Amino acid sequence: MHYIPLKVALFYLLNPYTVLSCVAKSTCAINNTLIAFFILATIKGSAFLSAIFLALATYQSLYPITLFVPGLLYLLQRQYIPVKMKSRAFWIFSWEYAMMYMGSLVVIICLSFFLLSSWDFIPAVYGFMYPESPSHPDLCREEVIPGCPAMTPSSRENKEMFEHFSLFFVCVFQINVFFYTIPLAIKLKEHPIFFMFIQIAIISIFKSYPTVGDVALYMAFFPVWNHLYRFLRNIFVLACIIIVCSLLFPVLWHLWIYAGSANSNFFYAITLTFNVGQILGTCYAPSTLLRMNVIQPILQGVHGLWGERKTGSTGQCDRVSVVPGAQIWCSEGSFLGKVLSKCVGSNWVLDLKPWGRERERMEGGK
Amino acid sequence: MGLLSDPVRRRALARLVLRLNAPLCLLSYVAGIAWFLALAFPPLTQRTYMSENAMGSTMVEEQFVGGERARVFARDFAAYRRKSGALPVAWLERTMRSVGLEVYTQSFSRKLPFPDETHERYMVSGTNVYGILRALRAASTESLVLTVPCGPDSTNSQAVGLLLALAAHFRGQIYWAKDIIFLVTEHDLLGTEAWLEAYHDVNVTGMQSSFLQGRAGAIQAAVALELSSDVVTSLDVIVEGLNGQLPNLDLLNLFQTFCQKGGLLCTLQGKLQPQDWTSLDGPLQGLQTLLLMVLRQASGRSHGPHGLFLRYGVEALTLRGINSFRQYKYDLVAVGKALEGMFRKLNHLLERLHQSFFFYLLPALSRFVSIGLYMPAAGFLLLVLGLKALELWMQLHEAGVGPEEGGGSPGPSSSLLSAQGVGLASLVAPLLISQAVGLALYILPVLGQHVATQHFPVSESEAVVLTLLAIYAAGLALPHNTHRVVTTQAPDRGWMALKLVALIYLALQLGCITLTNFSLGFLLAATMVPAAVLTKPHGPRPLYAALLVLTSPAAVLLGSLFLWRELQEMPLSLAEGWQLFLSALAQGVLEHHTYGALLFPLLALGLYPCWLLFWNVLFWK
Repeated sequence: MHYIPLKVALFYLLNPYTVLSCVAKSTCAINNTLIAFFILATIKGSAFLSAIFLALATYQSLYPITLFVPGLLYLLQRQYIPVKMKSRAFWIFSWEYAMMYMGSLVVIICLSFFLLSSWDFIPAVYGFMYPESPSHPDLCREEVIPGCPAMTPSSRENKEMFEHFSLFFVCVFQINVFFYTIPLAIKLKEHPIFFMFIQIAIISIFKSYPTVGDVALYMAFFPVWNHLYRFLRNIFVLACIIIVCSLLFPVLWHLWIYAGSANSNFFYAITLTFNVGQILGTCYAPSTLLRMNVIQPILQGVHGLWGERKTGSTGQCDRVSVVPGAQIWCSEGSFLGKVLSKCVGSNWVLDLKPWGRERERMEGGK
Repeated sequence: MGLLSDPVRRRALARLVLRLNAPLCLLSYVAGIAWFLALAFPPLTQRTYMSENAMGSTMVEEQFVGGERARVFARDFAAYRRKSGALPVAWLERTMRSVGLEVYTQSFSRKLPFPDETHERYMVSGTNVYGILRALRAASTESLVLTVPCGPDSTNSQAVGLLLALAAHFRGQIYWAKDIIFLVTEHDLLGTEAWLEAYHDVNVTGMQSSFLQGRAGAIQAAVALELSSDVVTSLDVIVEGLNGQLPNLDLLNLFQTFCQKGGLLCTLQGKLQPQDWTSLDGPLQGLQTLLLMVLRQASGRSHGPHGLFLRYGVEALTLRGINSFRQYKYDLVAVGKALEGMFRKLNHLLERLHQSFFFYLLPALSRFVSIGLYMPAAGFLLLVLGLKALELWMQLHEAGVGPEEGGGSPGPSSSLLSAQGVGLASLVAPLLISQAVGLALYILPVLGQHVATQHFPVSESEAVVLTLLAIYAAGLALPHNTHRVVTTQAPDRGWMALKLVALIYLALQLGCITLTNFSLGFLLAATMVPAAVLTKPHGPRPLYAALLVLTSPAAVLLGSLFLWRELQEMPLSLAEGWQLFLSALAQGVLEHHTYGALLFPLLALGLYPCWLLFWNVLFWK
């Protein structure tokens, strides 16, 4: 846990993607700032500021609306309000937060209206989702350096042929950003900051006009979950995919635009491969976290540890319970044993609060 | 993804890769080389065919009869040239105007970074003269170019004569749909580059040129002509352009069609094409032609003014008339008819040439190998690097996939674990130092040439070359960079991590190079991959050091020069080879500064630092 803020700052500032987006003079730096302020305000516990920054971020591009859920979960967790349908405190706080958020959003949109004296800006800015608007994405990506044509002849023909399906296509396309929020909320409700990180990653993969500046934002959070990377599978393959794709982007771009010997399919292919790499990483990270979830921190001595493993054919479980300084018994070189052997002797602390069932169990005594 | 996520299967796959790594690498390398050598043989070569419909089915009747006129123009040009010592601009302007073209001139000047000893020039200034034949009924949106590069001596006068005669003949026709630009450039490629930059309104090489007053629309295709004699025995075609870019294969097919139609002999690299591909002779000669083409494409030099057109998206060829000892000779009328036919067909183009291949290799003029068939050769070579990198990664991180240790005893695994602290931090220093040496290799020779000439009795270009070699050799003396930072507990991990990074770096660079210039990528991969994979600090160090030095970029350049001359049946002695090598180095640096050739920066800033990392791995203490 040493120097994690410094590492996060380094990961963002020295990231080639960040430098590239600055060179391209893109406004994604402003987007990233707003999201970063939102995360800061949420972690500090200030619901009002967090709602305001989330409203600002949503105002810029519609996708950060999905960050409402992890923000709400964190603020609830911070105030020890359990996420239960029957709990009154849960509904009261959610309502308050939602009202603050909607209120700030309405205020900002009305301010825009007063600046422009018309409502035309709403379809112009947010209308990229709808099929009739001229600026809706033709399933293409825009590179950091602008200049790529938004349509190839083939996609133009497809669009004309499937005109009455265009709403369907747009819905399927846009649904990917919003669809994963509820399942992730159910699964990761005890790790809202991690949920926020994954949600930002999903936004930057599936949004309509993604840029590498968005990738830089969620990459900056890698040092916070340092301890997961020992258990992250296929990190070599993932890293290679991302690095190779990043280097091939300019080469294929040059071949397409300047040499004229390639066409946009090459570019779309490399974009697809880059997305595959990102999606692999985004899928492996929560599963690693959830596997790690069986381990509670040992070093600080407050929490207990147990793991369960079926032995033999009878299906009985072994339970290993540990207090600091004690020896650990594990029957085999199972996953648990390996993880424990890694935990011993290292210097990190998992900042997981006892929560839910584990907390009750601990308070009630074993 | 089941294979990657299921731990049992993953472990089995990992064990397979680790055990079979060396045989797989060897097999893959041999497969790559064998595939490349098999490219000249019939199943992998195809006959060329015309892909563009607009150029295929129409019949043209060539009517050019201006042979005598061309000779007269050529003699006059040569005479005026000799008298004035430079391009006779006024005479050219007068003649072009009398033929009926709109004439414009452009003056340019350039101070080369250091004196060019092969062409004997330093401060170059000249004038380009060009005439535009406007199409009668078209809107001047597209154009074709016929260009004749004129060097300092009067070697190309017949080409100028033919150009003027063709212009006179074309002026009388009514079927032109595109404008035709007849361009005569001075100082051959420098003038062509100045004209192209001014035409497209860019400035990539620091040339100072005057503004172009007359333009004719987007250039669709260009033909460069080099003729030095009144009669020719064959017409040679040159395809390789700057940075290994090639024109569309359709242009070559067009040239071949018209040569066959007029009975004109056409050659590639000065040699006739083998006729029988069924026995072994044809493919062997095809292999020789293929290797020569690969070497020329890898050098990235533009062997003719057409190479500079390719960068601007203009398909271009250079045609050179060869006058050898054959008995049957063709006069300028035959060459003129071939050119007229080509231009008439190009006139029919509806859009830019895009139907046929942009990436190909030519074992013969009528046979080609397409990119889909030759790319697996490079893929096999890069697979070797990938396999080795995978093996190193697994060795470095054995805890996840290694042989299963019974019992979670933390004892032996803790030493492994603490050595994993060899993170990226300790690798930054060798990387930075290697890149810094590469940067010095790129910047210092040209920058420091004046200082060098003050202190040593050498000329500027010799100073540049010697500084290059000095910095290159000095990099060899820097292997002891940062191994001290590594923990003494597990010294093996340091060099393995560095080698992993270097292998990935090399694979990425070679991959990117292969996509744009297959020949350069393949040549470098074939030589550098074995040395890179075999390097390690243990084992016979002098042997590995010799292997690594022999496969370093400079040695590859030297070796390929010898191979090139050997394939052209003009073998070099060692002294001659060394002189050629030094002049090639100077030319490489010069071409980077004058035309933007990328071989020098790629080798200095990309491959040499990578090679230095392997040198560091070899001398790891």
